[in-house]
Amino acid sequence: MQVLLHPDDRGLFCEAGGFYIDPWKPVERAVISHGHGDHARWGSGAYLAAAPSVPILQRRLGEARIEGVPFGERVRIGEVFVSFHPAGHILGSAQVRVERDGEVWVFSGDYKRAADPTCESFEPVACHTFITEATFALPIYRWDPTAAVAGEVWEWWEANREAGRASVLFCYALGKAQRLLGELARWTDRTVFVHGSVEPLNEVYRQAGAAMLPTRPVAETVRGQPFAGELILAPPSAGGSTWMRRFGPASTAFASGWMRVRGTRRRRGFDRGFAISDHADWPDLLRTIRETGAERVLTTHGYAGSLARYLREQGIAAGTLATPFEGEMED
Amino acid sequence: MKRFATLYEALDRTTSTNEKVAALAAYFVSAPPEDAAWAVWFLTGRRLKRFLPGRLLAAWAMEEAGVPDWLFEESYAGVGDLAETISLILDGRGPAEPAPELPLSRWMEERLLPLRGRPPEEQRPEVTGWWLGLPRWETFVLNKLLTGELRVGVSQTLVERALAQVANAPQPAVAHRLMGTWEPTAAFFQSLLAPGGEEEEDTSRPYPFYLASPLDQPVESLGSPEEWLAEWKWDGIRSQLIRRGGAVHLWSRGEELITGRFPELARTALPLLPDGTVLDGEILAWREGRPLPFSVLQRRIGRKRLTDKVLAEAPAVFMGYDLLELEGRDVRERPLAERRRALEGLLERGRPFLLTSPAIEAAAWDEMARAREEARERDVEGLMLKRLASPYRTGRKKGDWWKWKIEPFTVDAVLIYAQPGHGRRANLLTDYTFAVWSEGELVPIAKAYSGLSDEEILALDGWLRRHTMQKFGPVRSVEPAQVFELAFEGIALSPRHKSGIAVRFPRIARWRTDKTPEQADTLEGIRRLLEGG
Ligand SMILES: [Zn+2]
Ligand SMILES: [Zn+2]
Repeated sequence: MQVLLHPDDRGLFCEAGGFYIDPWKPVERAVISHGHGDHARWGSGAYLAAAPSVPILQRRLGEARIEGVPFGERVRIGEVFVSFHPAGHILGSAQVRVERDGEVWVFSGDYKRAADPTCESFEPVACHTFITEATFALPIYRWDPTAAVAGEVWEWWEANREAGRASVLFCYALGKAQRLLGELARWTDRTVFVHGSVEPLNEVYRQAGAAMLPTRPVAETVRGQPFAGELILAPPSAGGSTWMRRFGPASTAFASGWMRVRGTRRRRGFDRGFAISDHADWPDLLRTIRETGAERVLTTHGYAGSLARYLREQGIAAGTLATPFEGEMED
Repeated sequence: MKRFATLYEALDRTTSTNEKVAALAAYFVSAPPEDAAWAVWFLTGRRLKRFLPGRLLAAWAMEEAGVPDWLFEESYAGVGDLAETISLILDGRGPAEPAPELPLSRWMEERLLPLRGRPPEEQRPEVTGWWLGLPRWETFVLNKLLTGELRVGVSQTLVERALAQVANAPQPAVAHRLMGTWEPTAAFFQSLLAPGGEEEEDTSRPYPFYLASPLDQPVESLGSPEEWLAEWKWDGIRSQLIRRGGAVHLWSRGEELITGRFPELARTALPLLPDGTVLDGEILAWREGRPLPFSVLQRRIGRKRLTDKVLAEAPAVFMGYDLLELEGRDVRERPLAERRRALEGLLERGRPFLLTSPAIEAAAWDEMARAREEARERDVEGLMLKRLASPYRTGRKKGDWWKWKIEPFTVDAVLIYAQPGHGRRANLLTDYTFAVWSEGELVPIAKAYSGLSDEEILALDGWLRRHTMQKFGPVRSVEPAQVFELAFEGIALSPRHKSGIAVRFPRIARWRTDKTPEQADTLEGIRRLLEGG
């Protein structure tokens, strides 16, 4: 077996290709799985990513050299072939396939198997070694069908509307917000108010053809704008009291996979928690590993140790890779 | 079951009391009475002994879900609740069609109660079969019922409010009907919802207690001291003495009938008080005109048999302070001044066992404050202030009864042992043992769980893990380096404790990061303080 990827102090290094995948320190050549902050970091010389990810990376990285490659297209870098395959996590999120002399490694990045109207669906890629994320790798994490959870969000919004309250839904600005805007379009065409960090990303998604509810930045409203009955999307970091005060009486909720656990839900102090995640749950992690046919699995993120141990007990060669990837952060 | 589980979920979700009352009322209106009776039973904190140990339930769930035990452990550490962990790992295994709905009362009476006492190999297929037919949240509620841990985040007062709303009856009437012993039956629930008025019931039944609130404002803001009755705040067993139907009953505030523990009180009250009398007061251990420590009184409750020796060692009095029923009439709506006069008349010849709590005379608040300073030396906890014009209310309704306590004792002690807490704190070290110096050694004096902020708990948890010296099961001995100020409601000399002192209600007042362990208190110093004061 050849080692095509291994972590060093700067990132996951592909020696035969002379590049890093999702490096955590500046490098000469970076191959990027997707636009979240823990995977796409600033300061590298040149970036390569799946084409639909490029506008997101441009927003995050500014004046960097970023090149896009269509999904599925093989590019030769040094002695290896590299291609990107949809990961279903957020718009443009990709698994990175690296091949050399018939040996195939796939780095999953972050992924999910549940349908998402705003991004490309995950495609299993056959490989010898599969590097998988393990953010929610415990058997307690199993997502209800997205439509059912989105239905609960809708009912919550409607109940607040009837009670004359605003609905403030906290979620990640990139990916989760757009997915919710897409899911809620099943029930309504109302305009949703969004925090300033969400709106530019909505634009990127719309240009990529995602169908979502119309949005309006909170910052662009006039003083005294009534918010009773409205839905507001904001990143969890925006929940300070001054920012919240303008909405008047409001119910708060958090859309995150962590909300699956009652104690976490209660500890966070939101009125409601919706367990909706852009990461694979326990059954989907196991299913995906099976579908790749990989003979060896390396795990990263969150419960990497648990997943590797479980796989070993199932007779699959597995180990963990030390990376600073964070997955879905608890706040 | 579904209806009850939905109610539980609604109560669990919201922190608004109005929403909780609305959810409860909606449930009581729509649920069949035999179900609602069980719901009231659980909602008012009544419990059934567990049907199964959680450990057995967990073992079955692991096998059903194909989860190895180490992975279950990790899952539990992330969840902090056994019933919930089981419901989460079992989720998604059931058939697409859930089992037909069975009402809560039938779950209890036809399934859970008959489970008791059967061997595990017979219980297992029953339980795992139920799991298959229930959705996640109902599985969670079932597990809570099975392990006897069902606790809903709702106070008895809110349940009373909702029932009163549905019954269109006054809340005190409903509260009264909920007291004492009852069985969760449809007939009971229907009697709960009877419109207000004459009660036919059990003659031993007490009234709901009125509870004082801590004084949270300057005492001067209460107006003129003449409008208030001041008494010592006694530290005993709050109780009602009931003389009805030719018998005497003593009820503790915890709704326990304790008549048998205090035969001298019942013997005095029976001939002294007319039938149809209910007194509110405090049972105290008492000798030579002053109270003995609470621990002495506990001997009366704790011992299996009341020997003459125990009776003599722990002499008891009933210190009356209010009159709730007179000549069979509920007089709680009469002003306190009037009730108190009648009480004094009734107890005039009650000595030496039935006393009236003396009124403390003071013309001005500063005089009252000086009286309060005497509290410690009189072995009482401070003062009670009661509005003379007020009715006898129920629950902890603020405004008419204040407890104006003296500051609790505080001691600087060193943290020496730590162990994990329960529930959501199961993965944090939150239960601590504290020690003070005695002849150059640290002697444990108290365990305390509460008083630190979440941030402090986290920081302390990290420190404790890094400075563990030894582990005994879940208990760690840690480097004696952290000093905490502990506050106690009571502290007394006790030959039964190794340290020679007994503390009541210890809590952490402050983390003294400014102190070194050498600066913690000594046992001798504490003893001197107690003997001297
Ligand atoms: Zn991500
Ligand atoms: Zn990630």
